[in-house]
Formats: sequence, C-alpha cells, structure tokens
Amino acid sequence: MTDLTMRIWRGDENGGELVDYTIESQENEVVLDVIHRLQATQIPDLACRWNCKAGKCGSCSAEINGMPRLMCMTRMDQLPQGPVTITPMRTFPIIRDLVTDVSFNYEMAKRVPAFNPPPMPEGGYRMQQIDVERGQEFRKCIECFMCQNVCHVIRDHEENKVNYAGPRFFIRYAELEMHPLDTNDRRELVREKMGLGLCNITKCCTEVCPEHIKITDNAIIPLKERAVDAHYDPVAWLGRKITGRKKRTADEAAADRP
Amino acid sequence: MADYEHHSYDVIIIGAGGAGLRAAIEAKQRGLNVAIICKSLLGKAHTVMAEGGVAAAMGNVYEEDNWQVHFRDTMRGGKMLNNWRMAQLHAQESPDRVLELEQWGALFDRTKDGKITQRDFGGHRYARLAHVGDRTGLELIRTLQQKAVSMDIDVFMECKVLRLLRDDQGAISGAVGYWRPTGEFITFSAKSVILATGGVGKSWKYTSNSWEGTGDGHAMAMWAGADLIDMECIQFHPTGMVWPLSVRGILVTEGVRGDGGVLRNSEQKRFMFDYIADMFKAETASSEEEADKWYDDHTAGRRPPELLPRDEVARAINTEVKAGRGSPHGGVFLDIASRRSAEFIRRRLPSMYHQFMELAGVDITTTAMEVGPTCHYIMGGVRVDADTTATAIPGLFAAGEVAGGMHGSNRLGGNSLSDLIVFGRRAGMGAADYIEGRSGDITLDAAQVQAIINESLVPFSREEGENPYDIQRDLQELMQSNVGIIRTGSELDEAVVKLEELKERANNVIVKGNTRVYNPAWNLATDLPAMLTVSTCAALGAQARKESRGGHTREDFPKPDAAFGKVNMVLSQENGGGMNAPVKVDPQPILEMPDDLKVLFEEAK
Ligand SMILES: Cc1cc2nc3c(=O)[nH]c(=O)nc-3n(C[C@H](O)[C@H](O)[C@H](O)COP(=O)(O)OP(=O)(O)OC[C@H]3O[C@@H](n4cnc5c(N)ncnc54)[C@H](O)[C@@H]3O)c2cc1C
Ligand code: SF4
Ligand code: SF4
Ligand code: FES
Repeated sequence: MTDLTMRIWRGDENGGELVDYTIESQENEVVLDVIHRLQATQIPDLACRWNCKAGKCGSCSAEINGMPRLMCMTRMDQLPQGPVTITPMRTFPIIRDLVTDVSFNYEMAKRVPAFNPPPMPEGGYRMQQIDVERGQEFRKCIECFMCQNVCHVIRDHEENKVNYAGPRFFIRYAELEMHPLDTNDRRELVREKMGLGLCNITKCCTEVCPEHIKITDNAIIPLKERAVDAHYDPVAWLGRKITGRKKRTADEAAADRP
Repeated sequence: MADYEHHSYDVIIIGAGGAGLRAAIEAKQRGLNVAIICKSLLGKAHTVMAEGGVAAAMGNVYEEDNWQVHFRDTMRGGKMLNNWRMAQLHAQESPDRVLELEQWGALFDRTKDGKITQRDFGGHRYARLAHVGDRTGLELIRTLQQKAVSMDIDVFMECKVLRLLRDDQGAISGAVGYWRPTGEFITFSAKSVILATGGVGKSWKYTSNSWEGTGDGHAMAMWAGADLIDMECIQFHPTGMVWPLSVRGILVTEGVRGDGGVLRNSEQKRFMFDYIADMFKAETASSEEEADKWYDDHTAGRRPPELLPRDEVARAINTEVKAGRGSPHGGVFLDIASRRSAEFIRRRLPSMYHQFMELAGVDITTTAMEVGPTCHYIMGGVRVDADTTATAIPGLFAAGEVAGGMHGSNRLGGNSLSDLIVFGRRAGMGAADYIEGRSGDITLDAAQVQAIINESLVPFSREEGENPYDIQRDLQELMQSNVGIIRTGSELDEAVVKLEELKERANNVIVKGNTRVYNPAWNLATDLPAMLTVSTCAALGAQARKESRGGHTREDFPKPDAAFGKVNMVLSQENGGGMNAPVKVDPQPILEMPDDLKVLFEEAK
C-alpha cells in the first residue's frame, strides 16, 4: 500500500495553517473516509461535518484542492497524484478546522416570505407533473451552501452579506414564484432587498452545485426577467400567469416576516 | 464550577427530524413557547436521507385502498406485536398528514389526473407510497423546516442534550446539554419535553445510519425512569451497498424493487421464490410470469416475492450468501438494468443512479448492483400511550423512531415517514394538553445540573485512558457479530458480558487536546454512554425473547412462539439510572386488540 499525504487546514477563528498528515491509502475510498480514518487514528479532534455519507444531506462541503466539493462524494482515486489539500469553505467564518459558521444562510432563510396557497379542495390539490417539475428541480437542493461559497458577490465583498440572499435563496424565490399554487408576489422584494441585481450571471454557482441544479439558467435569469416586469409593468406579468390568479404585492408578502 | 447559559420554554423538542419538526409546528400552533434542539445543522437529520416514500392509504392509484387495509398490512408486517392503537391511528391519519404537507409547499410526484401518485413497496398490498423520485425524505424535512422557520420557532442547532431533568414530584422539568461549536454548556427548563431523537444504528458496523444514530433519546428516557420496549427488534434492511467496503451499509432504496428490480444469486436465479413463508403464500406469486404481470396490473397476478416484508427478504439474502451463492463481495445481485429502460431508471431512481455511479463506478442502467443487509431501523423504543405519545414520566413525550410499539417486530417501508407526521403532531397536541392541566413554576436543581456537566468533562482530566474511537469500533464489531441479523443464545450471553467490559473501558475514556470547540473526540465520548445503554437493551431483549419474530431471529429458536407473541420485552432502570446501572427485563402483556379490528384478520385468512 502506498501512502497518502493529506494537507489539511487546521486552526480556528484566530488563524491556522495547512498541516501534512501521512496515512496509508485504501482502495475505493472517498475523501471523507480518509478524514474519518485520520480522526480515529491520528487526529481525534479534527473538526468536520458529515451525516449521510451519500451526497444527500449537504453537510460535508469543503474545498478540495481549491475546488468546492462534497467530501463524501469525492473519490480519492479521481484526484490527481500528490498531496490532497483540504480547506474549509472560504466565504464563511471559521469555527474550527473544516467547520465554518454557516448561520448567514439560516438567517437568509428566515427572510423568505412563506408559501401561501389557496385553501385546499376536498381530496387535495390537483397539479400536473409538468408543472410541479419546475419547482422540484429547485427542491432537490441539499443546502450544501457551496453555491453561496463561490458567489463572488459575498466571497469577495463581506459587506454585501447584509442584503444578498445568494444563489441558494434565489432558487428558493424562483421555486415559490413558479409554484402553481402560491399567491405571494416576492419579485420586488428579491430585487430590492435580496440583491438579485448584484448577480452578474457568472454561473460559478451552477458549476459547483452537486445536485446539478441549473441555478442561473432556470432560476436567476427567469427571476430577473420577472422582477423587471414587476417593476415596470405588473399588468403584463399578471396576464402571463397561466392561472391568472392574483398575487399579493411585495409589501403584503414581506409583512409576513419580522 | 462550569458556567452555563439558561433558557426557559413551555416545550422543548429534542430532535429536528420529521417527528420533532412536526411536533414543534403543532405545539406552536397551540400558542406555546417552543424550542427545537438538534445535534446537527437544521435539515440534516436522518429524515433527509429517506428515499422511497411516505405510506398513506390515499387510494389515488388503487381506489380499493383504505385505512383498514393499511392497518392490516402494518400489523401483519410487524408480526402482530404492534401496539394496535398506534397502527390504527397511523393508518387513519396519514393521508391527511400527507395532504397537509402540500399545503405547506411540498411537491409530490403526480398521477395523470393531477393527484399525488403512489408507488409499490414491500408488504403494502396496494401502491401506497407518496414520493418525490427517490428523495422523499428531503422533501418532507425541507417542507417542515420551512414551515417551522416561517413560524419563528427557536432552533438550537448543533446542540447536544446530555440528560433530562425531573422535579421532586417526578415530573419532567428540563434538560442539560452543550453547544458543539463552542463546547459551552446550556440548560433548559421546560414544562414538557418531546423526544424525537431518532434511532440507534450507529452501534452496528454496517449501517445506513449517520453518526447521530446513537440512541440518545432511548437512553435518556430510560435513565430518567421511562420504559423501553422490544429493543431486540431491529430492522436489517435487505439492500445496503456491500462494495466498495468504505460505503458498505449505505442504503439502496426498496423503491428499486417496487419499480421492478429483482434479486438474483450467483447462479442468476430469482431465489426469493424459495423463501415465501406460509403466512404470505396466499398473496405472493409462485412463478416469475405471474410476478411480472403484477407490476402493470395488481389484479392480474399476485405480488412478487421480492416485495415481501423486509425481515423475510433480509434473512433470505443472508441464507443465500451463507450457502455460497452470493456475489463476489458477499452480497447478492439486485437487477433492474435488464428489466427497465435506462430512461425509466434515471427518472424514477435518480439518486440511486448517482450514488452507484459516483461511489462504486457502477452504472445501474446497465449493470446489476451488489447488495446485502444493513442495520437500518429500530422498531423498539420508548413505551408511549398511542393517542398522546405520553411516556411514564409526567410531561415527557416521544415520537418518531425513538418511540416503540407502532411497528411491532418489523416495520414496513414508508411507514416511518408517515409515523413521523402522524405521531409528531400527536406529540405536540399531547404536550399542549398536558401543559394546560399543570401549574407551578419550574426550578432546576443546580447541583444535579453541575453533576451532569462534571461527568461529561471527566475525559479531559484523565492522564491516560481509552481512545473513544477504539471503544466505538469494538462496540460496532461486537453488535454486528453477536447481536446481528441472526442471533443465538450463547453469542447473546457473550455479548452481555462483553458489553460490561466495554462500559468499563468507557468509564476510563480520555479526550486528548484541550479544546471543547467542535471536538469530535469529545462529542463521541459523550455519545458512548447512550450507545452502550441501548446496545445492552438490545442484547438483553434478544436474550429474553426465545423465539424468532420480525426483526429478531434466533437460530436456536427459529419459529415464532405464540406465548412470546403476546408480550413486550420491557426494559427499565430505577430512577437515577445511567450507563452503569443495571437494566431490568420484564415481559409484559401487549395491548389487547378489540374484536371489531380482530375481524379484519379473520376475513383475510
Ligand atoms: C438511508 C435511509 C433511507 C430511509 N428511507 C425511508 C423511506 O423511504 N421511507 C420511510 O418511511 N422511512 C425511511 N427511512 C427511515 C426514516 O428516515 C427514519 O426512521 C426517520 O427519518 C426518523 O425520523 P425521526 O424524526 O424519528 O428522527 P431523525 O430524522 O433521525 O432525527 C433525529 C433528530 O434528533 C436529534 N438528536 C438526537 N440525539 C440528540 C441529542 N442528544 N441532543 C439533541 N438532538 C439530538 C438529531 O440531531 C436529529 O435532529 C430511511 C432511513 C434511512 C437512514
Ligand atoms: S451567477 Fe450570480 S449568484 Fe451565481 S455565482 Fe455568479 S454572481 Fe453569484
Ligand atoms: S443549490 Fe446546489 S450548490 Fe447551492 S446549496 Fe443547493 S445543492 Fe448546494
Ligand atoms: S455527508 Fe451528507 S452530503 Fe456528504
């Protein structure tokens, strides 16, 4: 068996450094397996998050050789030879080692005005598969926050975090906007308070999404178009809605939230 | 003396899976001051991993379906050890709970006429599982999470509860825990506590469960004086990945079989036809032709044997492998590639496709998967009252996987997600009703709090001792080999002795390095007492149940025994229990089913 060199960022909010660890390689492992073996044998206090080990929970995000990846879905044998560098997501404050403080995302989640359907008819809502599929694409999101991590609007400009929902929540707004049953109108809100205008469609978010959600093409761009419509010509937009149901205004919708 | 922050609520809910979130929503709707506490980030609990679907007799695909049929399937699947009242409430209420999820924003897959569609699963007579591809758990948890967030429910995430607290009258009064990101301690006073902590699978070597499945809720309930039942009834899901070794145990959804996948041995034989127990002969196909007709039309043939309840399928796979007819890596073949189009497979089972492609380099649209049993779910749990989910401790409620009774000795697929939303809601109602009837302030006993904190800190103060990871590994090996899918008296006796040795080692655990900030070694050290407690309960229950039933198979008692079929194995400790205190095992009669429900089983014969 050959040896692996794992170059892992160790430290906390006060700073840290890359440290090399050597461990024997085993067949067919993913990066998270190696981290677990290091914990069990050499670095018991190495901090990292994980849950499902199958790409379903979005806990184990990190930067592997500089690329945002899920550690549980990155096979060691598909990485280039030589040391493997593992660093925490850069956009969020460090807690310790590979664990970052992702509370920014949970704060942004609180600011989304809730889903607001009409009363349910006897026996449940009727919707066509083709209509639910648009929203389902966005609901595949496992909240790994890697798209948030790569988005330069907050990665390079800490100050933007106060008024920028980020790609993960742009798809949430888009999902609600396209939901066949929703009656809230959040378009002004997402444009004015959630920083949709700051996104300049670099598509970095789409590239890293482990669920292959087309964040820019299917969510952000349509959302931008609709938000512009709402701003200049709300009547035209309303006419376009297939259902023709009246949406509540941005202010009414935002009033649901503190 | 360690400092700690303190919070006061009407209800605290320990656990943010489906059960905990649904309970919180209900309690909040009743106007209570509610907090949820969970060990991971919000949205990462086990519920997120559920794949196949949520069972509810909505009758959208087969109009013949109704709650009586679902009830009967559930009881028969559990080999009649179930708490009949829970199974009844579950079957009656799950359709409304599923529809409610769509009112909160869920988007299930549809039938042609726009209703929620339903898929076939083992043990369910009709196609009954509402689903979203093979990521139903994600849909369920995200919907409930978004609903809870929109209601301003407080969430303490990455916060581990160590122990429950009771007042001098014996009623629940709160809990003590710590923040994982800082290592700082925290106390809660609460008029009521709802346990929704999930399962115990992490004590086995091959498991579909994550690091969180350490049985904390089971253990904390028993330590505080509540009863556990039937902890020997553990579900080994028939189809876990067996290869590569590093992913061994990761789940392959039963939806693969529901959608047409079949099991074959190394001789390419569909061996399940050889393992149809008498109880299921009448409704199971006897030939491949008959079974294959059934997929398109359930009235044209009887069910394929691949869709027998999980305990039956898991034992069959185990036997095939032991007989030398296994796959190269010690499993059997699960083949959907030769039976369904690549397009169908990718659409219906996208995450399975992805999982095998990325982790094993196997394309399931062209190649059979290698699968074998993996520790998946515990049917046993905290003894509760069906209608209110109340435990024996005033003010303490339990719902979801941590509660026992609903599934008897074996759970049907899809019946867990529905259990979470039915009994999560009932727990919220139970706690709210209890609070209305109680009075008086709550004060926590500072000395008791301090003792709990001190105990958790001891591993830092030792000069030398045991590595917590070593203890965990040895425990997993022991449970896998001695309290696994097939058990026998002598191995169980040995397990009970060895568990005491492991407890001795856990009493001497050491955490090196000084930090409590996100320190997984310390976190594991604080999980070990619960892991060892629930493992002991499983071993003692298995020793006492001298029969085979559902998720409990004894080689030395291979048949069900009617006398054991009428008792729950009740496990308890004197108040003030803990990992080191003895556990009492006491068989007690199960709840007697009323005659009007018994009729359902006679008609079926
Ligand atoms: C891979 C997989 C696939 C599955 N597929 C299906 C399916 O298709 N259909 C189905 O019906 N069932 C399925 N199941 C089973 C089902 O998902 C689980 O039984 C169910 O989700 C358990 O939900 P719960 O709410 O009881 O607990 P969990 O979702 O397990 O949540 C437990 C919560 O308790 C918290 N917790 C635990 N201990 C503590 C503590 N000490 N302090 C603070 N918080 C604590 C955890 O952090 C977590 O938030 C599947 C399970 C797995 C693992
Ligand atoms: S496309 Fe927009 S949201 Fe996505 S990374 Fe680029 S700037 Fe950020
Ligand atoms: S959209 Fe994709 S990258 Fe962003 S959080 Fe969701 S799953 Fe992760
Ligand atoms: S551990 Fe769940 S996505 Fe990696």
